[in-house]
Amino acid sequence: MKLTIQVNEGPYQHEAADSAYNFAVAALEKGHEIFRIFFYHDGVNNGTRLTTPPQDDRNIVNRWSELAEKHNLDLVLCVAAAQRRGIVDADEMKRHGKDANNIAPGFRISGLGQLIEGAIQSDRLVVFGD
Amino acid sequence: MSETKKFLYVNRKAPYGTIYALESLEVVLIGAAFEQEVSLAFIDDGVFELAKGQDTKGLGVKNFSPTYSALGDYDVTRIYVEKESLEERGLTLDDLMHLTYEDEDDDWAEKDSIHLVTRAELSKIMHEQDVLFDF
Repeated sequence: MKLTIQVNEGPYQHEAADSAYNFAVAALEKGHEIFRIFFYHDGVNNGTRLTTPPQDDRNIVNRWSELAEKHNLDLVLCVAAAQRRGIVDADEMKRHGKDANNIAPGFRISGLGQLIEGAIQSDRLVVFGD
Repeated sequence: MSETKKFLYVNRKAPYGTIYALESLEVVLIGAAFEQEVSLAFIDDGVFELAKGQDTKGLGVKNFSPTYSALGDYDVTRIYVEKESLEERGLTLDDLMHLTYEDEDDDWAEKDSIHLVTRAELSKIMHEQDVLFDF
């Protein structure tokens, strides 16, 4: 089955980020295809490489990046949600005159149309959040 | 992308207090460009999103409720409000904004967008969808 996954909550604050990750791993193990993982609302905080959890805790951001590299996943942060919350890639940094960027490897920033397209192209849209 | 799917956006949260309602509306507006068969449902505290006379001055946040009145222009013409959710909150349809659209198949007659449905009816509507967006 072809899946698009939507993650609506930030890492550590909410289990949705863990559940979405565990679901993605399990779906891939079962041979399902993940068309896209779209991060919305505070979910965009899953994509900042500045995240520094304690060493004895899971690194949710790195975990996404590694999964994306291993399975060639498309991890998309909503641009409007990311701008509000200070998640910036090199292009956004330039465009808005910021002095830094913080997007994590394997993620890209794009529009809400990517979520809609994911819902159209996939057999299921699976949403994690409150 | 010629395929048309039935999209239902389910709005469950109060308009202020969290950003879900505002960012849900942003998905609806962007999604309108994709020409899918779109409906909106308002349940639980989500019914407050459509309350008329919203005044956010004291909160210091933007009152985005006028945007709902523009949904008709985006061809979003089916808005379901759950009857039980309204009643549980002491509200009636008269407490909600009057949302309308112009029906191009009926000489652009102005029609109501909001349909009051029971919980059981909404359950049936949900089952008929291809995609549920949940906010």
